[in-house]
Amino acid sequence: MKRIPIARIVLTIVFIAMLATPALMRRLSSQRGKPAAAQTDCAAALARYGFCFQEVSHQAGINFVHEAPILDSKLDGIMPEVASMGASVSIVDFDRDGWPDIYVTNSRIGSLNHLYRNNHDGTFTDVAKEMGIADVNQPGTGVSMGAVWGDYDNDGYEDLYLIKWGRPELFHNDGGKHFTRVTDAAGLPPWINANSALWLDYDGDGKLDLFVAGYYPENVDLWHLKNTRMMPESFEYAKNGGRKYLFHNLGNGRFEEVSAKAGIDSRRWALASAAADLRGAGYPDLFVANDYGVSELYLNDHGHFREAGQETGVGFAPKSGMNAAFGDIFNQGKYSVYVSNISEEGVLIQGNNLWVPQEGKGLHYANLARDLGVELGGWSFGAQFGDLNNDGTLDLFLENGYISLSRTRSYWYDFSKVAGGNSSIISDASHWPAFDGRSLSGYQQKKVWINDGAGKFEDVAQAVGVTDLYDGRAVALADLWNTGVLDAVVANQRGPLLIYKNSVALGNDWIEFDLEGTKSNRSAIGAQVTLFWNGQQQVQSVAGGNGFASENDRRLHFGLGKNPQLDKAVIRWPSGTMQTLDHLTPNQLVHVKEPS
Amino acid sequence: MNWTIVAPSTQPNPALWKRLLDSRFMPPVFITLILLLGNLSFGILESYQKTLLAIVTSITGELILGRIFLKKWPHPASAYITGISVGILLRSPAYWTYALCAALSITSKYALRFRNRHIWNPSNFGICAMLFLASDSVAGLSIQWGNNFASLIVIWVLGSIIVWRAHRFHITATYVASFIALSFLRAWITGDPWQSEIAPITGPMYQLFIFFMITDPKTTVRTRAGQCAVAFSIAVVEFFMRLGSSVYAPLYALFWVGPTALFIEMWLDSRRARTIPAAVSGPQPAHP
Repeated sequence: MKRIPIARIVLTIVFIAMLATPALMRRLSSQRGKPAAAQTDCAAALARYGFCFQEVSHQAGINFVHEAPILDSKLDGIMPEVASMGASVSIVDFDRDGWPDIYVTNSRIGSLNHLYRNNHDGTFTDVAKEMGIADVNQPGTGVSMGAVWGDYDNDGYEDLYLIKWGRPELFHNDGGKHFTRVTDAAGLPPWINANSALWLDYDGDGKLDLFVAGYYPENVDLWHLKNTRMMPESFEYAKNGGRKYLFHNLGNGRFEEVSAKAGIDSRRWALASAAADLRGAGYPDLFVANDYGVSELYLNDHGHFREAGQETGVGFAPKSGMNAAFGDIFNQGKYSVYVSNISEEGVLIQGNNLWVPQEGKGLHYANLARDLGVELGGWSFGAQFGDLNNDGTLDLFLENGYISLSRTRSYWYDFSKVAGGNSSIISDASHWPAFDGRSLSGYQQKKVWINDGAGKFEDVAQAVGVTDLYDGRAVALADLWNTGVLDAVVANQRGPLLIYKNSVALGNDWIEFDLEGTKSNRSAIGAQVTLFWNGQQQVQSVAGGNGFASENDRRLHFGLGKNPQLDKAVIRWPSGTMQTLDHLTPNQLVHVKEPS
Repeated sequence: MNWTIVAPSTQPNPALWKRLLDSRFMPPVFITLILLLGNLSFGILESYQKTLLAIVTSITGELILGRIFLKKWPHPASAYITGISVGILLRSPAYWTYALCAALSITSKYALRFRNRHIWNPSNFGICAMLFLASDSVAGLSIQWGNNFASLIVIWVLGSIIVWRAHRFHITATYVASFIALSFLRAWITGDPWQSEIAPITGPMYQLFIFFMITDPKTTVRTRAGQCAVAFSIAVVEFFMRLGSSVYAPLYALFWVGPTALFIEMWLDSRRARTIPAAVSGPQPAHP
């Protein structure tokens, strides 16, 4: 009998062990990041995780179902893909009654947007029609993709900028009683195909300016296409999207477009943007998450932007950016940035990005999404940071699911074969195979990652009641019923608006801040609150739009954990004014007016 | 991919440029150029560190296993190509996948041998194994490229020169011609736009596949006609896999067809070896 050398036996064993390694790694990672409990038991969730969601949209009187756009018939074959956005949600207290209201967009020509006024009793009433901001998807004007609110004229009431594929609209809030269309007077361009916008005071002059990020080029009318060459030229390197706009508020109801002057020049396919002062320089920096390409980070030096994506580490590896949200996840007084991308098992593993600032000279980020357990979220869209269980650390709520049609047939093969092709093929919609009712990353489970405060996030979505499988797009967090907890409002593409009412276990305290600017813009957008308690600190800032097609409650919510010893809160207003609040007590909403 | 490195020229004192153009160096230089151009212009890599990890793992594995099983230090060029190929073709946010894929690729050369010959193209084996076994953590290079003609033409011209000099252009040409012809047939069957069927071959995965993987001398059959037949067979198997919506059809087709072709060749060789001695043994005196 032929003798087999020992070395060959060892080699064979090692080889088999290597083949078994992926299964071992999967087992290890599933033990670590296993979604908790397949069924919701609220009592158990409260005991184990400290919170539980109940979906209460119908009880709250909300029966909104989003209608997707129906574009030019030349796109019929891939309509599910090109018409896959438009569901959005923004939180605003439009009538200043101290209770958050909800605005949601619709996206079929002729469909109505809804403004749900908070009735203070757990229910909402749609008042969009009487307020004049419902019928905004009329033929020839395009359809809604999102909405952001900001008091651009500092009269105390939040005004509405409507993000559209079509004619952008600005509505002035007339004392919470009605809205007046002021688009023409404001000097906005006739057509922008945008999915993202935000209010910010980029130059610190006390007046809110407006950033609008184009997706499709602005010369494309998606209802009357001249040709079908309107798709991205590359899946990850496209620069043939819509332009970016920075509208400088001139103070008389008019805006001047100053993007080039201010250093913003990009035709990437932007899907999300967020602004915050990332360097403590006193001016808001601007983060733009781009589909089909790298993210961009515009650092703001006294009102002039400098793109520093590569320099800071966030703009090198191209992915499919669909969300931008800031959160001080380690309670260190520094913002991390969460960008959502696409992950589909065996086909495309981009992984979401959690950009965490690194110690050392200058601003530099490292992607720690995998290390912290928030990397894989399917075909991810909107995500928001918020302390969902009031334990003192920021958690993460992620929406996902792209196109849910057939449960058995997938479009992924056709998608991947064209997406990798030459630009002349990918950029022409007529070259794409028809969907024929197939799904593309559909019916996905959402993610609710809770932060253990020690560097790990755990997905508890199923256990805490977030069990829907709709095509999630936007999520906004707000204390809808003024109970000191963050509820979640979710906008689904071609699906219902969901209200996840939060219940938090007794014992964890909280504090909220409602800021009003005087020298600064009255919405206090850009104001930053650093709360010090129990020897730690957490920073949050007031945003004029963030996530994906969403805007959170203007009020800042801090969970404090058990028996907190509150030290102080330091507010840095956009004007530069510093204000310190002492003698704070937990479980209250603190109204703060900027010292004049 | 694991291009066999052909022995260097035996002519005395060849000029440096001639030595560089020697086929020993051309494939590594070419694939390094692809990597650098692709990454500097488009950022095709997950990261330099991951690619470096794959290269280091691959070369280390080759040196250790070569020393143990071949009793010599192997030239690291082919392991370098394997490592760099893994670095380009594998997409994963995790580091361990790059190390494991490179290690699997190199180890397969020594563990999966038949009649003292390795039967899978190493990186094809490694990447397919990862796609089969770790689909939750990895994907293949498919869409991470600039999608423009400039990079495509540069790679095709350089790649054609390389395989021409290596006398293997006929393999690439046969495969490409077969793929294009079968793409039109597929478009006719499925009713999809023909551009969508042609699209994959204009993508990044194919550039490495047609110039490095299917032309690997160690894992292709010997005869020119046989090589063309194998290239055609790969295209045909891929054709059917594509009809079944397999995203990585070319890699899988090579995974099955390559070893099958080698087995057939070895079987034919053994038959021939049995037949020829029998035919000539009559009048010859028996060897001691």
